[in-house]
Amino acid sequence: MIGQDTITLAKKIRMHALKMTNRGKSSHIGSVLSMADIIAVLYGEVLKKNSKNPLWPDRDRFILSKGHAGAGIYAALAETGFFPIGWLAQHYACGSKLSGHISHKGIPGVEFSTGSLGHGLPVGTGMAYAARMEGKKHRVFVLLSDGECDEGSNWEAVLFAAHHKLSNLIVIIDYNKIQSLDTVANTINLEPFNSKWTAFGWNVIEMDGHDHDQLKDKLNVSVHYGEKPICFIAHTIKGKGVTFMENSVLWHYRSPQGEEFVAAMSELES
Amino acid sequence: MRDAFISVLAEIARIDKNVMLLTGDLGFGVLTEFAYEFPKQYLNVGVAEQNMTGIAAGLALEGKTVFTYSIGNFNTMRCLEQIRNDVCYHDLNVKIVSIGGGFCYGALGISHHATEDLAIMSSLPNLKVVAPADKMETKLATFEVYNNTGPFYLRLGRGGESELYSNPPKFIIGKSIPVFIGGDIAILSIGGILENVMKARLILFNEGIKTSVYSFHTLRPFDYDQIQKLINQVKLIVTVEEHLAKGGLGSRVSEILAGKYGDRPALLRIGLGDNFMSEVGDQNYLREQTGLAPYQIANSVKYEIKRNKI
Repeated sequence: MIGQDTITLAKKIRMHALKMTNRGKSSHIGSVLSMADIIAVLYGEVLKKNSKNPLWPDRDRFILSKGHAGAGIYAALAETGFFPIGWLAQHYACGSKLSGHISHKGIPGVEFSTGSLGHGLPVGTGMAYAARMEGKKHRVFVLLSDGECDEGSNWEAVLFAAHHKLSNLIVIIDYNKIQSLDTVANTINLEPFNSKWTAFGWNVIEMDGHDHDQLKDKLNVSVHYGEKPICFIAHTIKGKGVTFMENSVLWHYRSPQGEEFVAAMSELES
Repeated sequence: MRDAFISVLAEIARIDKNVMLLTGDLGFGVLTEFAYEFPKQYLNVGVAEQNMTGIAAGLALEGKTVFTYSIGNFNTMRCLEQIRNDVCYHDLNVKIVSIGGGFCYGALGISHHATEDLAIMSSLPNLKVVAPADKMETKLATFEVYNNTGPFYLRLGRGGESELYSNPPKFIIGKSIPVFIGGDIAILSIGGILENVMKARLILFNEGIKTSVYSFHTLRPFDYDQIQKLINQVKLIVTVEEHLAKGGLGSRVSEILAGKYGDRPALLRIGLGDNFMSEVGDQNYLREQTGLAPYQIANSVKYEIKRNKI
């Protein structure tokens, strides 16, 4: 992306993801749109990384635990030079490496493969523990969905990270308040969400997950060992950027086709 | 076996500071010295096997060689998907060590009977599966599991097993150990049940029936070469495992035999049926309830000899 601002990057991520899910007739466009601003700020400004040396030891680690939104990460990686943008056309296609749920195999820049929920945080916790053992200063970011917080494995890691004061571990929750079949409130209510994380011993910061100024200001944390791990609860809108997809359960699974695709693309382009 | 494992791991940990031992809050009296000597290489993650396996994957991604330690089915089945997706798919240096294979913890009840683990674990891509037979094999296996990069499942017994070897055998991952050679019948064994197999061999020998005995300590990669040789050498292959008769050693052998045209040896698979135990008891008691006592193994072999007119 070199030189492009995070607003432009977010727009490109959204457009790529819309085209990818249209071409592949695949799901989860709502989940990508909801996190696109967070991803744009992370990849555009916050993460220390090197597209020419994806395994640079001092890079910040980023794990997408909500692996179903992998199209957004593939788009961000392509836009920031990790692989050619042309690869995105192969998303979800027969013979492709770009699977619907994010995979690292053969894809430069993908730190870890997910797809089954509740896996990313324990792994990120292990990475953060290893980094602290070595006195490293890089950070480990893990992006979770809200529905994913139903998984008990997350809370095992939440306990562990607080006990060990892994302040180099940074969780971001894409709190769009809609999960697979219904709203979070109607499925398994997470509220009082902030209090839960706080009670577990985390430093909790709430923010608008679409406000780039807030995201830039808050996400770029520095590591001070001995302090609490950080949980950003990012309030977001599922389907953000396409009016008829916003706050709609339907667009977790519905694939953008025909007139709906055209209308969505024209709104994103405008 | 668990003491043999931990003493070897301590030797390794003294030299390689990247080796870590994670426990799911188990190992009372077994891990104490290790924890004391290697505080930076030891981590009790609490009663949380999914997290333990995920953390192990994260540590391994950062260059550590990680052993996860628990008993029975806790660090295998409880976290099976973490093993599959996080460890195996990423082909990481994580070694899953479970104590109490088979009926070691028989009296504790079915939650602690590890009797399907070999079938389940050996179905996961990239995972090597090793079940040593005694302390000597355990020591050798632990070194090999460490020396071979990638994910492993190491299924151990508990403690107090007999010493089965007078001299250290040659131990190679994926290669069986010939323990006795001779006769038209080969008995193949995996894990701690080798002790009973050797006693059964003696019973048979005293009745004039010569048998070969092999320790098939590695279920994956499997020693296909040895089976191919036996197909041409013997009239009866017997597999013995303290595990389901389906999905383990016996199944591997039957798959090979099924693909063989023409003359082939008969196969007798001795193992557990498709049911949970309806009663508890110590390891020897439950072995006897399931036909795994030495005299029962010997009787089963004799019956099969008669049935096949060998």
